[in-house]
Amino acid sequence: MIHEYDVVVVGGGIAGLYTALTAAKQCRVAVVSKVHVTRSHSVAAQGGIAASLGNEEEDHWEWHMYDTVKGSDYLADQDATEILSKEAPNAIITLEHMGVPFTRNAQGRIEQRRFGGHTRNCGEAPVKRACYVSDRTGRAIMDTLYDHCLTKGIDIYNEVFVVHLLFESNRCCGVAGYDIADCSPQVFHAKTVVLATGGCGKIYETTSNGFASTGDGFALALDSLLPLEDMEFVQFHPTGIYGLGILVSEAARAEGGILRNGRGERFMEHYAPVLKDLAPRDIISRAILTEIKEGRGVEGKEYVHLDLTNVGIEKLAEKLPEISSFVKTYLGIDPSEAPIPVAPTCHYIMGGIPTDIEGHVLSDEKGTVLPGLFAVGECACVSVHGANRLGCNSLIDLVVFGQRTGTTIAENCKGKNLTPLPQQAESIVIDKINGLLDSPGNERVPVLRGAMQRLMTEKCSVFRNGEDLQLALAGIQQLEKCCVNIGICNKSKIFNYELQEAMEFANMLKTAKAIVFSALQRNESRGAHYRNDYPKRNDEEWLRHSLVHVTPEGLRVAYKPVSITQFQPEKRRY
Amino acid sequence: MKVALRIYRFNPETDKEAHYDIFNLEANLNDRILDCLNKIRWELDSSLSYRMSCGHGICGSDAVNINGIPALACQKLVKDYDYSKELLIEPLKYFPVIKDLTVDLRLFFQRIKAIQPAIPPQSLDRQNSERLQSVEDRNKIDDAIKYILCGCCVAACPVILEQEPKFVGPAAILRAQKYIFDSRAKDTTERMQNIEESYGIWGCKSYYMCTVVCPKNIKVTEAILKTKKKIIQELHPKSE
Repeated sequence: MIHEYDVVVVGGGIAGLYTALTAAKQCRVAVVSKVHVTRSHSVAAQGGIAASLGNEEEDHWEWHMYDTVKGSDYLADQDATEILSKEAPNAIITLEHMGVPFTRNAQGRIEQRRFGGHTRNCGEAPVKRACYVSDRTGRAIMDTLYDHCLTKGIDIYNEVFVVHLLFESNRCCGVAGYDIADCSPQVFHAKTVVLATGGCGKIYETTSNGFASTGDGFALALDSLLPLEDMEFVQFHPTGIYGLGILVSEAARAEGGILRNGRGERFMEHYAPVLKDLAPRDIISRAILTEIKEGRGVEGKEYVHLDLTNVGIEKLAEKLPEISSFVKTYLGIDPSEAPIPVAPTCHYIMGGIPTDIEGHVLSDEKGTVLPGLFAVGECACVSVHGANRLGCNSLIDLVVFGQRTGTTIAENCKGKNLTPLPQQAESIVIDKINGLLDSPGNERVPVLRGAMQRLMTEKCSVFRNGEDLQLALAGIQQLEKCCVNIGICNKSKIFNYELQEAMEFANMLKTAKAIVFSALQRNESRGAHYRNDYPKRNDEEWLRHSLVHVTPEGLRVAYKPVSITQFQPEKRRY
Repeated sequence: MKVALRIYRFNPETDKEAHYDIFNLEANLNDRILDCLNKIRWELDSSLSYRMSCGHGICGSDAVNINGIPALACQKLVKDYDYSKELLIEPLKYFPVIKDLTVDLRLFFQRIKAIQPAIPPQSLDRQNSERLQSVEDRNKIDDAIKYILCGCCVAACPVILEQEPKFVGPAAILRAQKYIFDSRAKDTTERMQNIEESYGIWGCKSYYMCTVVCPKNIKVTEAILKTKKKIIQELHPKSE
């Protein structure tokens, strides 16, 4: 089936829906999602959305910008970061007008709380900058946006898996995918394609991400010979529930929670004397793993404690109800009575498909715009997060750049005609499905996926070194050989998840390779990318973005400069 | 530890009617039921069909009937059940089964759409700043915004299952309730009239099953009753 639209948005999380809603003011828009819209991982965002509203105490967008740049270890592009922090307050007002049920303070204004790395007057002390809806901020924003989509004439295609980007005359003119319900090819012919496909946490063993976070957008870009920017920067959230990886928001520490090692000590005092437990995530994750490595984990195990016993039952119920219920359900622990075992969990990728500040996808290090293609959200790299993202900056990124991208699309869509579709659009999909279903291969996806997840966790997570990364790359090359030999036992065309997981595994493997390859080149430590063999930040050589791309000779990395406007790189102390 | 799952199976390509398969597998007390299903799909029978996404009870994808009661497979652990006996895993009732545990949710989402959820709250007197809302007013919708559109309440509703399948159902009413009770919305008359129409809110007989099964512990029945009360007070006041 071939559908025609002005705009097709791939991905129905907050970035996708916000872009769709903005563009729909002028264009006919389709949202295509491999899960039901409202199931995307944006719903798992807990703690808040950053904006210098100043509802609780003095705050300024310049302070927000400074914190974001410093948090990024100076790799964020400051032109983009300025836009993010400047436009954030208005974005919150817009969300409120749309109906997002923000938690309120005694004055009836949107309440704000502290969050990691967000400070008063450029580093003096934590500042209350996170707007929130108890600890279900993502869910509440998503539900509001979804409700708007239902009444604004946006066509939603649930459970359609996009497997190919379509180009004609060097312009993106649509996407090809299939309906998971029956394997029928679904081609979306459009003037504009938006990738809003989210992240790739599932390439690691332990992640806060959902099962759908398999790096599909990254693979689509690599397959189309587009570069990926700064892929070596993968964020590990310090407080995942031990063993499960389920997120316990920074909000828990903002409301008074304290990290304690096996001796009961508040160890963050030693690593970040000013911000302590509200230091940025890269620093806390390294601190936790250092405590564990030096024998101060809890009972010799690989976790520390997040102590919420001082927060109070009332505050837990009011401000952290979801987290409290997760901990009760999965660990049988009442957080008001006992500490929570936590360890770092793969959470977010700072890198992604390079875009400009209007959301256009850039096809090289010179900044050449690829006509017809946009990217927004976690799958994109503007870059506002640089080498390490601050908590609450992800949700605001989705809204601010969703708005900008949607506006750009709406303005450019008018009067334009559809570029003709390539002839073979449907057959690409049919061939891909049949190729897998008919494959005589005997490799099984769950086995290969497990091997990849272990490899990435052991060799390419919080602490890295050249030797391990070489081994990781070799391991991935081995898995690539196995990947072409995958066989599918289930031949059904109806909700065949074995088939889907095979395609997702291929996407994850490509993403993992891009991460490892980029990490191997970057011989320095910056933000979330820490190399034991190069423990210092090296601005002279490495204050630049990496752009990994596929060539006939394999992966190569090109580089482009960082936009530095207001804040010169300094030593990063908290 | 061994557990046994008795799972409803139906493949429309090959089966005339449904049957049950029993899977015996190794599991831990703290494993999610979803972990057991994944173990089956990844190690024993790759054709088993069910939905999942977040894995921790916030996205609403993996609602199934466990021992006859709607629940999220990722929110229930093996130890929550009598695992010495077979665990019965079936698709949600009411919704047409497509394959195994995967049901057709189109009707569910259509009913959410039918209540026109996002006519935005109309009072926009504060164009350049947020509208004010007291903590007390905000609390009136605090329960309703916990919803995750999982469908458990609808699949447990005795009215829908046994009496009137066209009844709009608890999920859609809850969604409407949020907009009716949001103090930022100035005129909710039309919305209340809409939810009152045929197969609307008066179909609810307060069986409380929606409340009992809700994975987010939302007091669904109470929300419906509050809405009924408001409709009576504001749309049908006793003539003087």
